[in-house]
Amino acid sequence: MFQVRFHGRGGQGVVTAAELLAAAAFGEGRHAQAFPSFGSERMGAPVMSFCRIDDKPIRTREPVIEPDALVIQDPTLLHEADLFAGLGTEGYVLVNSSRDFGQLGLDEFAAAHHPDRLLVVPASALALTHLRRPLPGAPLLGGLAALTGVVSLDAVLAAINDRFKGQVAAGNAAAARAASEFVIAERTALTSRKVPTDA
Amino acid sequence: MLKQIEGSRAVAEAVALCRPQVVCAYPITPQTHIVEALAAMVRRGELAAAFRNVESEFAAMSVAIGASAAGARAYTATASQGLLYMSEAVWNAAGLGLPIVMTVANRAIGAPINIWNDHSDAMSQRDAGWIQLYAETSQEAADLHIQAFAIAERLSLPVMVCMDGFVLTHASERADIPAQHQVDAFLPPYEPRQVLDPEDPVSIGAMVGPEAFTEVRYLAYERMRQALDVIPATAASFERQFGRASGGLVRPYRLDGAETVIVGLGSLLGTVKDAVDELRDAGEPVGVLGITSFRPFPADAVRLALPATARRLLVLERALAPGSDGIVTADIRTSLDPAGSGHAPRISAVIAGLGGRPVTRKSLSRLVRNAWTLPPVSFLDLDHGLVDAELARMRTRRRSGPSAENMLRDVGVAPSAIGN
Amino acid sequence: MPTQRIRFYQTGSFAAGNRLLPADLRSVQSLPERANALTCGHRACQGCGEALGARYALDAVLRATKGKVIAVNATGCLEVFSTPFPETSWQIAWLHSLFGNAPAVAAGVAAALEAAGRTDIRVVGQGGDGGTVDIGMACLSGMFERNDDVLYICYDNQAYMNTGVQRSGATPPAARTATTPAAGPEPGNAFGQGKNAALIAMAHEIPYVATATVADLRDLEYKAARAMDFRGARYLHILVPCPLGWGSSPADTIKVARLATESGLFPVFEAESGQVTAASPIRRQVPVTDYLRLQARYAHLFHPDERTDVIARIQASADRNIVRFGLLDNQDQRPDHFERPRATLAAQPDSASRR
Repeated sequence: MFQVRFHGRGGQGVVTAAELLAAAAFGEGRHAQAFPSFGSERMGAPVMSFCRIDDKPIRTREPVIEPDALVIQDPTLLHEADLFAGLGTEGYVLVNSSRDFGQLGLDEFAAAHHPDRLLVVPASALALTHLRRPLPGAPLLGGLAALTGVVSLDAVLAAINDRFKGQVAAGNAAAARAASEFVIAERTALTSRKVPTDA
Repeated sequence: MLKQIEGSRAVAEAVALCRPQVVCAYPITPQTHIVEALAAMVRRGELAAAFRNVESEFAAMSVAIGASAAGARAYTATASQGLLYMSEAVWNAAGLGLPIVMTVANRAIGAPINIWNDHSDAMSQRDAGWIQLYAETSQEAADLHIQAFAIAERLSLPVMVCMDGFVLTHASERADIPAQHQVDAFLPPYEPRQVLDPEDPVSIGAMVGPEAFTEVRYLAYERMRQALDVIPATAASFERQFGRASGGLVRPYRLDGAETVIVGLGSLLGTVKDAVDELRDAGEPVGVLGITSFRPFPADAVRLALPATARRLLVLERALAPGSDGIVTADIRTSLDPAGSGHAPRISAVIAGLGGRPVTRKSLSRLVRNAWTLPPVSFLDLDHGLVDAELARMRTRRRSGPSAENMLRDVGVAPSAIGN
Repeated sequence: MPTQRIRFYQTGSFAAGNRLLPADLRSVQSLPERANALTCGHRACQGCGEALGARYALDAVLRATKGKVIAVNATGCLEVFSTPFPETSWQIAWLHSLFGNAPAVAAGVAAALEAAGRTDIRVVGQGGDGGTVDIGMACLSGMFERNDDVLYICYDNQAYMNTGVQRSGATPPAARTATTPAAGPEPGNAFGQGKNAALIAMAHEIPYVATATVADLRDLEYKAARAMDFRGARYLHILVPCPLGWGSSPADTIKVARLATESGLFPVFEAESGQVTAASPIRRQVPVTDYLRLQARYAHLFHPDERTDVIARIQASADRNIVRFGLLDNQDQRPDHFERPRATLAAQPDSASRR
């Protein structure tokens, strides 16, 4: 089972992102469960959503306590709460930002994890470019697909086109594709920078 | 057709397939997505029903009563405070023998106000004379509605399909939505036992005095007993028609050789099963008994399902009956020891998951491991510090202030911990 | 529907149905062999205004709908005295659910009929003043607001009679009830309270609202039938004296109702979409004391001392009604039942206002 936890604020499409991820996994013939953290619906309040993906039916209903991947849709949450609770050393983190982990003040955290699993992607900016609205959900999914491989980019795009229509679908899909490319490039750059540790 | 779908949506589609003729709705979290979906279907011409937006839940059940008495298949949905507000009409519907089907998106009852999942609402109506069925998954929630109309109309008793609020209503998961022809084959048009018809007028709802009230109520008791046969028969028929097991009275899981049995209702059974698999892998002889039909309470089925090896029962109670020790536990106790011989396994009521607190695998494992030290009633994951602080406050000052607000201040403003 | 043979007695020129009229203008109550929606054998008190009003109203509806009507009744006197288990005096399809939900239940019946394509069958919701203006007000307002196709009839005896004469939101000022006793410096019900249900109905701008009393039964029949010309929410408010609760003689029920209208205390009018279209003028105005003296619920206004201050306030409210509804305007143009034949009870759908 692969467990993802999304963090963001009300109105940023945190719940939709989890549902789209589940839809992408369903499209690839897998079982998926997506649900929000059920706060009062208020714009701007911190919210979480969860997605579990597995090859067999998913029975558990508790919140994702030990995520395999974290998606941070709003970096202003980074220092407000213990966002990283439960993330193991093998875990993935994708942050919606144009600054890197060091610039985000997360060097210490990063040290305990695989550097090529902690990535940023300027999802809001990509959304503004392709969708003309700063909704980072779809591009973050494109980035997540590239980062973790839990679903393919094609599956993400299919889910987007199923959920949205016309320009909205096209814009989200384009942003997702761009984010995927960004993440692939970022990771390539990171791994090619890996030098023997006696440096 | 297999879909990745929000639980509410799955229920709405299942209800629409049952061809309800009157749908009435008053909004309350977390059932609103169901009635919104039905409203859209009616507007788009996909569902030929009279849809009524009513002014309160009391009106919703009242409209359903009028519609059902006039021969229409009637449906509504509510939760929590709304169910309480319609309580008089809920009892009235059962007393009149009207086969209304209602979704209850289980939610806690205030005060303090709480919009999250527990079973307080439906439990508060357990004596009203409605059949109560609890869904474990979104698939089962959808399936139970189809079965509910069949059961209700066969018995002339209303049926409440309970699905955990938010946990099932707002979760997206895989469900198979049947085809219209399949549902039509399973559920024929409604043929009322009593109906308001100018061609053949009857008076329905007369006052009944002491000379006959007991007998009229005995019929309600008798119908509930018949339900113990009709519910499993309907589930079997459903399985034949749709190809999957759904509904019924109880759901046993890994009870062979179990010494500890966890009893529960609704969606938490999924988490319990995962916890039980882990415990079994570690050599712990533990199993699960899910209760699907809470009313009528399937005493015989419970007794037959429990293995002879069972020495202790942990009953997860998602509702609180202050002044009494456990709602489901009381029914379980009666089931196991009808002769009062005193040979029943040890039973512990565990109040868990109130007001949306998640029931976690970790807590369940801890519970099972500590089972022998449990008192007859305990609260899972109770924050004793928080409680003790408020009790201390109350001891020192008469005007200690509203307890809920005091305790929230203690908890702090930060988002609550994700899990423990 | 089974009929009964009725023995009629000549009591004066206002005899039931007036058999001197052409057949199509006669009341159905005048038939020697008649079938009533509410048949005899019910347990109402002698002189019960509600039993009289309900019979006339529903029989008029029955005639207008050619028998295709379903009635939903709130808890109250009418429901209790009409269905003494194991008997029922209803010869129409009839449902009683709860005290406060008759309008909503009626809306549900109408919804079922709509879903079944049977809008030829019409729906009547009915209840007393308590069940209508107090505990049923939310459901009534909801039914009005949705414009459900229901005629709601309120039988107003101005208190919760069935439970022992307690004050309701329709109890008039100064009236004695069990919960507004005739004691203290301001005996009886308080001034400055109460709901005018007909005006509330008009505020919803529903297609048809009318008031009536059991003093003018032909007018009541006309309005019940007229209401059935409309589709959507309709409201009929009928003043029905209660000898027991009002402390009046059972023989005076119709007289007391007439005094209520002739004093101006109970205006009789019709309205469509929130506008008054017709008002029954007062023929011979009487002072409110003529009305009050006949009822023991106002006895404390006369004994031991006459409370001229309270009576003056009651008179002032009657005078306000007279001005508001123009009840003494155009006295010479009042409609006359005997000179101008009334439109038939099966009236045309777009018949003009009655003036």
